[in-house]
Amino acid sequence: MAALVSSNSGYSQKELSCKKKDEFEDILEERRQSSDIQYAMKCYTPAIYKGLSPCKPGTLKTAVLKSEQVQYVIKQLSKETGESPDIIQEEAMEILEEMGHSLRLGAIRFFAFTLSKAFKKLFQRVCVNEEGIQRLTQVIQEHPVVLLPSHRSYTDFLLLSYIMFTYDLPVPVIASGTDFLGMKMVSGLLRMSGAFFMRRTFHGNKLYWAVFAEYVKTIIRKGYAPVEFFVEGTRSRTSKTLTPKFGLLSIVMDPFFKGEVFDTYCVPVSISYERILEESLYAYELLGVPKPKESTSGLLKARRILSENFGSIHVYFGQPVSVRTLASGRINRFQYNLVPRHISQRPSKDLQAFVRDVAYRIELIQIENMVLSPGALVATILLQNLPGMDYDVLVEKTLWLRDLTRSFGGFLDWPGNLSASKVVRSSLTLHSNLMSLVDGRVVLLGGRKEESRLTEELVFQWALSVLMCTSYRNQVVNVFVRPALVAISSQMAQSSRKEDIYHTFIFLRDIFSNEFIFLPGSALKDFEEGCFLLTKCEVIQITPHEIVTDRENAVVSFLAAMFKPFVESYQIICKYLSNDTTQVFTEKQFSSGVQNFVSQLLVTGATQCYEALSRDMQNNALSIFVQLGVVTKKQVANGLTFCANKEAVNKIAAKLGSKIPSEKVLMSRL
Amino acid sequence: MTFHPGPSNYLHRSMASGTSSQLAQRRLKIISGHVQPPQAREALSLHPCSAPAASSSIPKRRQEVLKWNGWGYNDSKFIINKKGQAEFTGKRYKLGGMVLPALREWMEKTFGASLEHRTTSRVSLNVNDVPPAIINEGFLYDLKATGISYSFDTEDRVFRAHGHCLNEIFTLREGLFNRIPDLVVWPNCHDDTLKIVELACKHNVCIIPFGGGTSVCNALECPEDEKRAIVSLDTSQMNRILWLDEKNLTAHVEAGIIGQDLERQLGESGYCTGHEPDSMEFSTVGGWVATRASGMKKNIYGNIEDLVVHIKMVTPTGVIEKSCQSPRMSTGPDIHHFILGSEGTLGVVTEVTIKIRPVPEYQKYGSVVFPNFEQGVACLREIARQRCAPASIRLMDNAQFQFGHALKPQVSSIFTSFLDGLKKFYITKFKGFDANQLCVTTLLFEGDREKVLQHEKQVYDIAAKFGGLAAGEDNGQRGYMLTFVIAYLRDLGMEYYLIGESFETSVSWDRVLDLCRNVKERIARECKEKGVQFPPFSTCRVTQTYDTGACVYFYFAFNYRGLSDPIHVYEQIEVAAREEILANGGSLSHHHGVGKLRKQWLRESISDVGIGMLKSVKNYVDPNNIFGNRNLL
Ligand SMILES: Cc1cc2nc3c(=O)[nH]c(=O)nc-3n(C[C@H](O)[C@H](O)[C@H](O)COP(=O)(O)OP(=O)(O)OC[C@H]3O[C@@H](n4cnc5c(N)ncnc54)[C@H](O)[C@@H]3O)c2cc1C
Repeated sequence: MAALVSSNSGYSQKELSCKKKDEFEDILEERRQSSDIQYAMKCYTPAIYKGLSPCKPGTLKTAVLKSEQVQYVIKQLSKETGESPDIIQEEAMEILEEMGHSLRLGAIRFFAFTLSKAFKKLFQRVCVNEEGIQRLTQVIQEHPVVLLPSHRSYTDFLLLSYIMFTYDLPVPVIASGTDFLGMKMVSGLLRMSGAFFMRRTFHGNKLYWAVFAEYVKTIIRKGYAPVEFFVEGTRSRTSKTLTPKFGLLSIVMDPFFKGEVFDTYCVPVSISYERILEESLYAYELLGVPKPKESTSGLLKARRILSENFGSIHVYFGQPVSVRTLASGRINRFQYNLVPRHISQRPSKDLQAFVRDVAYRIELIQIENMVLSPGALVATILLQNLPGMDYDVLVEKTLWLRDLTRSFGGFLDWPGNLSASKVVRSSLTLHSNLMSLVDGRVVLLGGRKEESRLTEELVFQWALSVLMCTSYRNQVVNVFVRPALVAISSQMAQSSRKEDIYHTFIFLRDIFSNEFIFLPGSALKDFEEGCFLLTKCEVIQITPHEIVTDRENAVVSFLAAMFKPFVESYQIICKYLSNDTTQVFTEKQFSSGVQNFVSQLLVTGATQCYEALSRDMQNNALSIFVQLGVVTKKQVANGLTFCANKEAVNKIAAKLGSKIPSEKVLMSRL
Repeated sequence: MTFHPGPSNYLHRSMASGTSSQLAQRRLKIISGHVQPPQAREALSLHPCSAPAASSSIPKRRQEVLKWNGWGYNDSKFIINKKGQAEFTGKRYKLGGMVLPALREWMEKTFGASLEHRTTSRVSLNVNDVPPAIINEGFLYDLKATGISYSFDTEDRVFRAHGHCLNEIFTLREGLFNRIPDLVVWPNCHDDTLKIVELACKHNVCIIPFGGGTSVCNALECPEDEKRAIVSLDTSQMNRILWLDEKNLTAHVEAGIIGQDLERQLGESGYCTGHEPDSMEFSTVGGWVATRASGMKKNIYGNIEDLVVHIKMVTPTGVIEKSCQSPRMSTGPDIHHFILGSEGTLGVVTEVTIKIRPVPEYQKYGSVVFPNFEQGVACLREIARQRCAPASIRLMDNAQFQFGHALKPQVSSIFTSFLDGLKKFYITKFKGFDANQLCVTTLLFEGDREKVLQHEKQVYDIAAKFGGLAAGEDNGQRGYMLTFVIAYLRDLGMEYYLIGESFETSVSWDRVLDLCRNVKERIARECKEKGVQFPPFSTCRVTQTYDTGACVYFYFAFNYRGLSDPIHVYEQIEVAAREEILANGGSLSHHHGVGKLRKQWLRESISDVGIGMLKSVKNYVDPNNIFGNRNLL
């Protein structure tokens, strides 16, 4: 512990100083000037992998079906179930059909044309870092490549394929959820543009797993096309990066570990939307309103949105990461020597840890390369000043936050040629469905009258707006989370001794490890980074044994306020769990129970924390409590049940509750 | 001890094919021409110590025929002649005296080498650089009393201080070793060896057995921190065939006999062992046993462990041997397997009973061209599956195939070159083969004529299924002939800043392709990272097939201009390549052994308990580490 954060912190400036980022190029600019048809029909000869043995999608499927891997599983299943291998093989074929893509140039050209039209209508700019494209072009020729984009919208994979086509790169083969399958026409088209489908859940279905895994690995081994999937697993409804999933990542790395390819490169791609197409849909979902099944007609209805403006998109292709380099010295590849490679083995402990580590690293790179828009800053400020605030103050604070964001390493897209007021105003215009400027005051729309008595309906309406607004604030939370948790810890801790603060920090980091992205096992580094940033803007002082915090400091108050909704929501959820009425419950019961509980608190005015209504937050909390052993999970006949250890839950609530300044005090300070 | 500078007869065996009588006649001619009158019956005496050593192709003073700073015979080497063309000198090999017009360009193109940039090697061994000998007076005194031949001569000592690893030869060219043997002894027989080992134990002297000096794993290198006197025990004078047993088809030989002499002498009686490692001109039976050697024709004759029937070894604790010469026994773990691969750490192998076979009636070479390496490997795998591999079958990758062209001698008849051209055209154009993809397999069939022809057909039929085209006997024969001269090439390279080495592994069939690709790629990457200015030459061939896998041999060389410590760079890359091999399921070594070069990986290769077993054997057999070359453990 003595080594913990010396006064001249071991955290080097170099590591944090904003690494130089590439320049962006707006690819729509050219689209606005030349023919889309010609563009779609252009000569398309993508750079391909040097070891590529050309093959058609059909051959690919046969190769998968005939592979030792799949045949082995078929034989095994046949032995286990008594079913004839032929029947199981047919089943495997069906799975392949359901899953398989059928990359066709015609479909790609069709998309190139229609997407050009749509993108030009929807977005002002689609900006791409061309240096990233150059790096990608190189690595695609040398090695199998896995594209790992962030996932905020259905647009993501259309957009990525579109960009690949634009830059004469091979369109990727995409692993996407099967919820598209309902949309016959669309799914057909998507398939032809390279998507293949994976059931969201195929737990326990050995055959499905085998066929799927082999399909992906065959594509990697042959270097058939870049494979694309989302480490987050699904679209983030909150705009906060979701904690990673590991299954697909371990599949794509497997050929490297088994020596079937020399290396595999992962390319993190950060796609930042100034305004998200699905913003209101997500807010509904977060509040637990059943998500409309994605049917073709539903999508067509979504044409309405075509008349709206969704601002800019930034797509940043990160530095390609070599799996070989990452694994060097960490994974002993001998472990694959003693079993035939087609027999899949349970991943070893070190391998699991490695995959987990890589997944987090990829997400951290994604976060680092996310472009933050002024609108996100505006939303952040506004959320701390609900229901509204003076326009001038908003501008001033937004400017202040801009500087803070930059000094914390955030990658901002702040138009240099406009005045701050213009910038804020254009953000307000972009988000006019959400906030408006009336009589010199900026207010969050959502129909809450200051004095009117609250009803559940009003709470729901307001919550929709708050959650929508939150999703923009969430674009920046990961930039602030480390210094914020240090600042909050220094308020919560029993003393200003380093050890106390560090322990509190670890507690918070653990509790919120489903909310924010922390590299497993690097608590100290995170702490040091937080301390470093706070020292840098002179908020804390580090002496040999203490961390002295200036509690009056605007940065401290701001950070505390920014993360207060998380702290408070978790407290509320704890309170719900420790309720006498909550005994043994299912996931469903938890959702509706906690939802009612929170709404009541809001209606009665006992809390102002609308974010506690977020399903995402509630589920994250439940799962972390399970991980921490505070809630126990049991498998029963018809699903899972949970049971909370009330004492432990109370303890957490108490810890979270210590010394957090009340909202009132904070507001006045800001 | 007379020295016969005769050609390396054995290598001239290589006429394409022939009937048994032709073959026998040819052999006879060669033998009568160059070998001293056949040893009289005395040579087969059962009291060898009193008998003179047999005639050997390599004299006791090795320096009289062998290079002090490179591979092989003094008179045989690649040079760039006055016309700026590569040429191979001497008369020992078929290639001798021939000009190789394509070689220079190949070197320039492949490595970015240039004739203007030559290295400056030492011109001769500088006696003053040699570390002074540590003398154990007591040992010397007792040794003199035995009458066993010995020498303190500097050259004698330096010649036995190394094998043929790159770093060893480089060191000789640029400087000298920090530690070399202090004394060389030449026992004449088993009993002499017994005496020497006894004296070494009595006076605590370190012994390093020396056979043919062809080690390629730093096995002969003296540990630098060895404070005791180091005695190089040269087995070369124990080189007799003590008896032949035609009923059981065995020969009892002394361990110092070298491969070419053994085969030649057995040939006189119409027999052979069939054990033909590429180093057989120089390596010894004892060396083979000590390193678990493998011969080219193992498919018919087996590897050394299949060939030996009985081994006698002198250890500090006594002599180890079995009590009978039965073909197989179930008497606990086979003690031969403690000896095989012991790499001189347990004792000196003095006598070996080895299987012999009648010299085959008929030999035939062959070759097949495949459209690519993958097809070639698939074909070899199928041949192994059907267990119909010929005496030798080797598959070269494309780079080696192209390299083979670089070694084409100047042709005298325009006709041949025209045919050559046609053949090339035929392969590259008509059949849709890509000259940058295709690879070639060389074949050697042996046996009675009819069976060979049948066998040949079977193999070519399988090859055809994998897109293989028969490419003639000549190409096959050339391939095998080149094996022996390729080893000379490194010395030429070193004159022009090119360094290189070969290394090998064995791997199961399913991983052959992956291993080959990954290792080559790893080498290329490491070179780049280490600042090697030109892309390296890294190529491989499959040299042996087994039921479950194959032996893969890599050549790796690069141009080291611009590097301040090329050997260190080379070693780092070889380490990386070995790690890649291991990570791809390859073995630490198929036949070169561990020596000191690969010690660092032995533990993970054979497990902690495995190491423990070897250690406890060593502790029992040689508690005072008399055999202190520190190989393996
Ligand atoms: C160009 C070239 C080609 C080669 N090709 C092959 C090949 O095809 N197949 C193959 O298997 N190897 C090959 N090798 C490696 C080498 O020839 C073998 O390892 C060979 O068996 C060594 O025999 P040697 O007599 O030269 O032994 P040395 O090199 O003198 O000694 C090797 C090791 O064995 C010990 N040793 C030697 N003699 C005895 C003895 N009588 N008792 C106890 N220990 C002893 C030594 O102490 C040393 O540790 C090749 C090497 C070269 C340079």
